Amino acid sequence: MPLFRSRSKEPLWKEEFSVFTSDERYVTRRQFTKFLTLASLGMFVGNLWILAKSRFTKTPGFPTVEVADISEIPVRGVKLFTYPTAQDHCIMIRTSEEEYVAYSQKCTHLSCAVYYSAKNDCLECPCHQGFFSVKDGSVLQGPPPRPLPQITLERHGAKLLAVGVKGG
Amino acid sequence: MAKPERSNQRRGLVAIDSAMALIVILLIVQIWLLSATLETYLAGHAGAVLPAAIFSGLIFSGCVALNFFVKRVDEDSRRQ
Repeated sequence: MPLFRSRSKEPLWKEEFSVFTSDERYVTRRQFTKFLTLASLGMFVGNLWILAKSRFTKTPGFPTVEVADISEIPVRGVKLFTYPTAQDHCIMIRTSEEEYVAYSQKCTHLSCAVYYSAKNDCLECPCHQGFFSVKDGSVLQGPPPRPLPQITLERHGAKLLAVGVKGG
Repeated sequence: MAKPERSNQRRGLVAIDSAMALIVILLIVQIWLLSATLETYLAGHAGAVLPAAIFSGLIFSGCVALNFFVKRVDEDSRRQ
């Protein structure tokens, strides 16, 4: 049996409005199947849109911004700053004498501001008890679905510079 | 006015119902795939986007094929 069949000779209105009650069941099922197929097309278009966005969106260039002077942050101390724009709040933590990490302060769950808990040595979101690792920003516990975007830091002498964002 | 129902008409309805159930299952998988792809992409991993789009296209092709199947069974049942 061929998959594609030539169109019915009957006009559409005769097919859709049959005088036989048994035929009405076919009409509703056929319409519903058509609707489901269109919904499937919508999902496919959504996937294609994500693909196009990932292929054709250029990675934004990040500015180099001075974040802090090394002497101003004690070990296990934090500094808040904004990067790459004034609306993107970030948190930098000095984890040891020579180690510094910085993350976006926006929780990946519902965008509450995370803070550093020195007691638990992790980043905490107070809204829904989300916990992130200080080491790499990964989710330790709670509802956040993704790790925190990490700010790339570079040290130039006594200055710490933010030069990029990883993830997010 | 009621047309006497024949056994092959009933069989046609069963076939259409089965095809519809299969389309619904495929659609649920496709919805999950879209949400998972979006989640992965927003997490910064673009590697899964292309395979997901291909798989979604295959599912859509399956739905189109089932749609044609439903149409064909419907036309066959009406002709008899």
